[in-house]
Order: sequence, then structure tokens, then C-alpha cells
Amino acid sequence: MIISIASGKGGTGKTTISTNLAFSLVQSGRNVQLLDCDVEEPNAHIFLDLENKIKENVFLPVPQIDEEKCTLCGKCAEVCVYNALFIAKDRVMFFPQLCHSCGGCSYFCPREAISEIDRVIGEIGAGDACLTRGSTYGIEFAYGKLNIGEVMAPPLMRKLKKRIDEDKVVIIDAPPGTSCPMIEAVKGSDFCFLITEPTPFGLNDLKLAVETLKVLKIPFAVLINRWNEEYFEVDSYCEKENISIAMRIPLERKIAELYSRGILFSKELPEWQKAFCKLFDFIEALRK
Amino acid sequence: MKIAISSTGNELSSQVDPRFGRCQEFIIFDSETLEFEAISNEAINAAGGAGIKAAQLVVDKGAEVVITGNIGPNAFNVLAGADIRVFVGAAGTIQNVIDSYKDGKLQEANQPTSSPGGRGAV
Repeated sequence: MIISIASGKGGTGKTTISTNLAFSLVQSGRNVQLLDCDVEEPNAHIFLDLENKIKENVFLPVPQIDEEKCTLCGKCAEVCVYNALFIAKDRVMFFPQLCHSCGGCSYFCPREAISEIDRVIGEIGAGDACLTRGSTYGIEFAYGKLNIGEVMAPPLMRKLKKRIDEDKVVIIDAPPGTSCPMIEAVKGSDFCFLITEPTPFGLNDLKLAVETLKVLKIPFAVLINRWNEEYFEVDSYCEKENISIAMRIPLERKIAELYSRGILFSKELPEWQKAFCKLFDFIEALRK
Repeated sequence: MKIAISSTGNELSSQVDPRFGRCQEFIIFDSETLEFEAISNEAINAAGGAGIKAAQLVVDKGAEVVITGNIGPNAFNVLAGADIRVFVGAAGTIQNVIDSYKDGKLQEANQPTSSPGGRGAV
């Protein structure tokens, strides 16, 4: 089963929920895979001690122009819908950050002057997070990391998602927002938890994320982090839209302190493990 | 010599559009015949690389000078690569700007004046 953890607003607690959910499910004897798909700022590893670490570069094919063969006819720039090519006086100028690696330029070049070469855009790292001393269980963890200045998050995420092992409970920590990277992360999920906070900002961005998931036809429920009894608009909205609120994590000093030290709060406050496992039961019940 | 000016309309009385890549129109003015042509900017709705596409448009029209409000890094680089001189900070009507150019009152850009995506001056 693939469960994605997403939110419209940044900083609502996606990584906190993802890692605590993964840990709690492992503690209850399940095989868990955690993928940090927030490739612009992966940080789930901060909560995890990794062993058997590996790293590999991720490439995208981009055009290389053979100036001997090129006649500056302009066909490549004409077919490039991303405007990554420009015909200057004496050469073709290429803007790698705009290229979507569609291959159109090399396909249509009448002189066969364009070949494709690999360009590094980031890396994928993986490892086993062994969470309890002496435990045989661990979280199979992998993350993607986009190099600074790169913008093509979705191809890197597709590469990362190739590691998905559907025999395990797969937890995807998605990037915030509702644009291409978020959609790429949640695509193919069996269920999505939308994390929000009880503020006008949290609610505004929750609505956007709800609309997105409806279009994608992914079943979802809401999870309120830093819950307090001061702002009830999120509750009213969910009630009106008939959306389940699957969990509330209160605004509590102890939880905040553990978080700020990079410690999974469900590890120190084991009563939370049961609550996180219930999230899994909640999905299973809905699927039946 | 042809001069391309980013414009909000298709007349010499139209206002200069301060954006290059995402301007409404380009006025291509011929300084020898004093004739002009207005072309709509196909790059205005480009998802990305609008400055590059707009630059290709004016280069293909044979312009040797570009006059606009601000220019982003990609457009600046490709226009430099095409040996085109870029003047920035232009405002007012197209006619005013042509006059200012003839009088040598416009400032030539030696570096980009805005960030990519038409987000104005940095």
C-alpha cells in the first residue's frame, strides 16, 4: 500500500508525520519503506540513523549540438516548447534549466546535428534506518536531492519512485504546495493524508490541496498538527465538505521539544505509536 | 537599421511595455525608412523561457537594437550572443522613446536588470 503525506502549506509537519508513522508501523511489525520525495529540501533523514548507505547520481538527457553539422536553420528552437534553445549569429545557445528532456530537438534536426548527453541534476540516497537497538526491523529509506539551482523535480522523483516496493507499506513524504512536484509525489498513492495546522493560512492551503486530490481522484483524510482549541475553522470546513479528520496532534511543549532535537516523538512518547498505527487501520477500514 | 521596442500596443503613440519577454507587442522601427511594423509577442504566454523566445522573435525580424524597460538574464545573454545592443529604463510613448534613442538619452544595459520570470527590477 502506498500512503502519501502531503499539505498545501509548508511547515505543517509532513516529515514529522511521515517519520513517526513509519517508525510506529515498524514497531508494530510491518515492513515499511519511507521515501522522502521533498527533493528540493529533503530532511526526513535528520530523524533517522542510516546504515548501509548508498548514493547515486541522477541524470537527464539534454541536447549537445555538433557545430560542424549545424546550419543554424532554427528548427530545434522552433520545436522547443520550453524555449530552451536560441539561434544566435554563429551558434545555438542552450539553457539546460529550461530543458524538459523531451528529445524533440534531436528528433527534428534535419542535419542530425543534435545528440543527447547526460546532465547530472541531483542524487538519490538510500539506507536502512534501524530504530531500536537490537531490533531486526528497520525502515527502508530513500530520498532524492535536487542540486542547487536545478528546477526539474518531477524527473528526479520518478526515478526515486522506481524504488517503490509495493509488498511493503510505502510512505511518501511529499513536497508542499499543489504544483508539479506535489502532484508527482502523490500520483499513484492509494491514500493521502493532508496535514494542516489550525490557522487561516493552514486552512487556505488545505482547500487548495483538497481540490488537487479530488482532481487526481486520490482518497484522503485530514490530519491537524499543532491542534489547539482556539481556531475551529478547519473543523467546520472538513465537516461541511464531509472530509474525515483522522488525527489531531496537540500543540504540546514536549512534542515540540523532541522535534527540535531531531527525535521522533512517538519513540519517547510510546502511546503515540498506537495512534499512528490507527491511521493505517483507518485506511484499511475505508478500503474494505 | 531596425529597432525593436517592447510595447503595450501597435501604434507609435502606444506606451512602452516595461517587460521584455512578456510584453504585449513589439514595434519594429526602421531608422532609415522611418516605417514601422507591430508584431504581437508570441512569448507572452510561454510557460518558461519567454525572454528567450521573445529575443528570437526580434532577432529573426532583423532588429539590431532593443529598447525596453527591464531585461532578464536569459534574454540579456541571448541578445548579447546575437550582437544586439539593449537599452533599458525606457518609458513613455514609443515615439518619445525613439526620439530619446536618437538623442542618445537612453541607457545601454551592460547586465540584466531583472530576475527571470518578468518579476521586475532586482
